Amino acid sequence: MNAEVIATRFRFAVNVLPKEGILDPQGRAVEQSLPHLGLAGIGEVRVGRRVELAVDAPDALAARVVVEALSRELLCNPLIEQYAIESLGAISAARTETGG
Amino acid sequence: MSVRVGVVVFPGSNCDKDTAWALERAGAEPVELWHESADLQDVAAIVLPGGFAYGDYLRAGAIARFSPVMRAVAGYAANAGLVLGICNGFQVLAEAGLLPGALLRNRSLRFVCRDVAIRAGPTDTPFSHLVPDGRVLRMPVAHGEGCYYADAATLDALERDGRVLFTYVDDAGQPAGILDRANPNGSVRAIAGVINAAGNVAGLMPHPERAADVLLGSDDGMLVLRSLVESAGARAGTIPSGAAG
Repeated sequence: MNAEVIATRFRFAVNVLPKEGILDPQGRAVEQSLPHLGLAGIGEVRVGRRVELAVDAPDALAARVVVEALSRELLCNPLIEQYAIESLGAISAARTETGG
Repeated sequence: MSVRVGVVVFPGSNCDKDTAWALERAGAEPVELWHESADLQDVAAIVLPGGFAYGDYLRAGAIARFSPVMRAVAGYAANAGLVLGICNGFQVLAEAGLLPGALLRNRSLRFVCRDVAIRAGPTDTPFSHLVPDGRVLRMPVAHGEGCYYADAATLDALERDGRVLFTYVDDAGQPAGILDRANPNGSVRAIAGVINAAGNVAGLMPHPERAADVLLGSDDGMLVLRSLVESAGARAGTIPSGAAG
């Protein structure tokens, strides 16, 4: 039998960075290494992390709500980090699955 | 009957056996608490030991926070149960929101493993009441992410309320500046350990269990662990037996 599956898979990236004013020794270390490469005029280096994930949800808004909650709860410590969610698009619309 | 003190074991904990050994020397009966179980086995206090729980992935302590045992520990703490986090255990408690602040990567970016000097702030807590006032304690640190951070308002409140449990001190016994070698990780206001507002949850980066015998270079850590065991015993209505060290 065939069943229409409504859920769509939405892909996101969550970019996490140290908050403004928070010590970022990794960013500083990268910045301090630049003169050794003969590079000048580069500053404000900050090092964070990027998490990519996919969420099955009925629509884009519902998917984003899940990613927001996940970002606040786990991916980012709001005391020391900030995050920005980037949408990477949806993989598929409603598709037909064959089961039985 | 000696007082039962739980030692949480996460995948990646590596100080659990040492902590259990030192707690036993302090007169407790150590009880291992596996991370997948929410059964706290009627212990009178809980220690979260050092290590790299869940590989320290994402942030130190971030994933451990969601384990079944930590959900139980949060309830235990809310019911005034005694909880002490050592090193990674401190990071877990901070991530779980059971202690204020966060532990950032060391200012030097280096993993630091050496003895430090710390001094207790309040000595009327369940974790420090056996520490003589003003006494400088020597014990090791071993961590890459121990730089204590909190915003200025939180720091002011911690100092005002006497909740800075331990401070890194220099040779003169003064709080060590953030770039001072005596401050091993660059912690703001030289904070090595804090206690919560209710006074029943504490964390520190130095390892008291690694300073549990003069053969290890210092037994100052026993003052902290014996304080905990004695406090737990008083709460459990039992008296710690065979306290050594």
